[in-house]
Amino acid sequence: MSKGEENKGATTQRNMIQAINNAMDVCMERDDNVCVFGEDVGYYGGVFRATAGLQEKYGKTRSFDTPINECGIIGVAVGMAAYGMRPVAEIQFADYIYPGLDQLVSEAARLRYRSAGEFTSPLTIRTPFGGGIFGGQTHSQSPESIFTHVCGVKTVIPSTPYDAKGLLIAAIEDPDPVVFFEPKRIYNGPFDGHYDTPVLPWSKHPASEVPDGHYAIPLGKANVLREGSAVTMLCYGTMVHVTAAAVEELGIDAEVIDLRTLLPLDMETIEASVKKTGRCVIVHEATRTSGFGAELSALVQERCFYHLEAPIERVTGYDTPYPHSLEWAYFPGPVRLRLAIERVMEDVSGNV
Amino acid sequence: MAKAPASPKRAPRKSPAKKPPAKSAARKSAAPAAPNRERPAEPDRYTASKDELLEYYRQMLLIRRFEEKAGQLYGLGLIGGFCHLYIGQEAVAVGLQSALDNDKDSVITGYRDHGHMLAYGLDPKVIMAELTGRAAGIAQGKGGSMHMFSVEKRFYGGHGIVGAQVPLGSGLAFAHKYRGDGGVCLAYFGDGAANQGQVYEAFNMAELWKLPIIFVIENNQYAMGTSVNRSSAEDQLYRRGESFRIPGLQINGMDVLEVRGAAEVALDWVRSGKGPILLELKTYRYRGHSMSDPAKYRSREEVQSVREKSDPIEAIKKELEAAGVSAEDMKATDKEIKAIVAEAADFAESSPEPHPDELYTDVLVEQY
Ligand SMILES: Cc1ncc(C[n+]2csc(CCOP(=O)(O)OP(=O)(O)O)c2C)c(N)n1
Ligand SMILES: [Mg+2]
Repeated sequence: MSKGEENKGATTQRNMIQAINNAMDVCMERDDNVCVFGEDVGYYGGVFRATAGLQEKYGKTRSFDTPINECGIIGVAVGMAAYGMRPVAEIQFADYIYPGLDQLVSEAARLRYRSAGEFTSPLTIRTPFGGGIFGGQTHSQSPESIFTHVCGVKTVIPSTPYDAKGLLIAAIEDPDPVVFFEPKRIYNGPFDGHYDTPVLPWSKHPASEVPDGHYAIPLGKANVLREGSAVTMLCYGTMVHVTAAAVEELGIDAEVIDLRTLLPLDMETIEASVKKTGRCVIVHEATRTSGFGAELSALVQERCFYHLEAPIERVTGYDTPYPHSLEWAYFPGPVRLRLAIERVMEDVSGNV
Repeated sequence: MAKAPASPKRAPRKSPAKKPPAKSAARKSAAPAAPNRERPAEPDRYTASKDELLEYYRQMLLIRRFEEKAGQLYGLGLIGGFCHLYIGQEAVAVGLQSALDNDKDSVITGYRDHGHMLAYGLDPKVIMAELTGRAAGIAQGKGGSMHMFSVEKRFYGGHGIVGAQVPLGSGLAFAHKYRGDGGVCLAYFGDGAANQGQVYEAFNMAELWKLPIIFVIENNQYAMGTSVNRSSAEDQLYRRGESFRIPGLQINGMDVLEVRGAAEVALDWVRSGKGPILLELKTYRYRGHSMSDPAKYRSREEVQSVREKSDPIEAIKKELEAAGVSAEDMKATDKEIKAIVAEAADFAESSPEPHPDELYTDVLVEQY
């Protein structure tokens, strides 16, 4: 947990879903402009149960079901937001966001600019993303770099229950549109990339102690999960845990940085770290070409070129659709992380 | 229970009280809603021969037993991820597809696609092996439960994105017309999918260009946990084509003979160049939306009462009985089908996974 956030009072042990649910609850309690909606969100409480209980508590006008209309859901959210509401829309899987992309890109992300700040779109789109759940090509994608490429929308990706709540509250209260990607592989526990061993539940992890009250984690502040001097590991979402586990297993003194938000990006923390370690590995599940790792790599190279001891490494998904079978051959797990770390640790003279 | 379209069941909504228009204004009151264009004939329940009845029975039973087995394999962890069973809806795919001309007509549907594949007589082994993600699967393990295809049968897939297949269907119909091959496209989608905006873009184009397409709404009353009346302003879905001038028929989708009868009318309409038609098949899924759905949004009693009152397989058994088929013969068929399904399951469990190199094939023609 990072410093500088407000006093949090009593805490309750929560998994990621419960923390996300609690963030919406806190915001709905404080501000009746906040409404949550989406497919199976109201009556059923969300296919992942993220909105469970909210309709009972706040009624059908504040927590409600929509038809299967991604374009309509996001479009309606833009209109509500322009009028001053704080819509929190769920797109059931990030893979279904594409029918609504036009509303997000052409409307939500552009309203402030084209009205010269007169109208804005303070909406939040929550959407589960990422693989490792045998979802195949339509339930596993990581499309985050599509959104960082669109100017005018923020992109947030939590990796723990504590962060999920604080970041979601910040997203809902943010004056601009935010896409909030929820790494569904770690909803119930911090998956470490070893698919053949059971995942520890969140209750065994300190970041499951989630304050009951209101707190916000500022967008644009990374979390240095582990300090180290040998190499900087940049990661987010599920890959934070996969990376941290790989670093422990290899016994390497890496600095592991959980970016938490891709846009705004905490370049200050990244730059300071890479200047210290001289080496950098970027890790994400998304496909490699034009992935967010490409942007990170360019930025690190621009800011830290004279400090780099080795070429920057990227550990990513392959440039293919997400497969139905061979999921673990596809997933960028511990083996690919080890190989990348070994390569980046080779010294410039070529000696390991 | 086929109904003629445009017979409004509900009283028209009252419009807010308005001041009567000034007397002098030239009055043009709207003419009463009368059909100003041709309508399809009222479908009859199909009269099937004994052989046809036996064939429908076999096919529906194969789908049911196959799906039951798929559910078991899922429970054992042999099928991963998403798996949507067709149990309860068998009469729809069998009734409609039995009327098609397999040398000309094309079919496309969503992710609940095992039944449509089986109704074609495709080998259950390669379908089951696709579910388990094996190289011998019909899509080489690349598609999985939701994404299956067959060039041979002109089956253009299983599609995981709700509603996306409907415009593709209009495209297939466009190609049929363009080529002049006499083929018709059958495009299935669910009651939930019927709310996607792109469906209506597809409707408009299809009618505008008089495309040979039968739009089929499989109304099983639920889209995941959302019932039709909680998501649809017009819940009589057969009327959804009206504003595009596409006629609609509402059909009992639990009776294979009613479905087949409707297929005849729809095919006549479309093949004679009159453009698209919309069929709403009222049906029901007995199982959860997918294997991971505890189905808490409806009562056990609701499911039980549909099963008891209108199960499509029980219904055809009665027809068979009336046609002189003995209970023993029906049991023998069931046994035979169970053996076919068991064999498919063994095949799907024992055949190898694809080679990891296959991850990279079929992304584009060349590899980069
Ligand atoms: C664009 C899109 N949005 C949401 C989903 C998630 N989803 C899958 S099936 C489904 C319900 C569809 O219901 P319906 O069209 O009635 O078909 P049924 O499952 O009843 O056969 C939903 C919401 C999806 N696959 N694609
Ligand atoms: Mg349905």
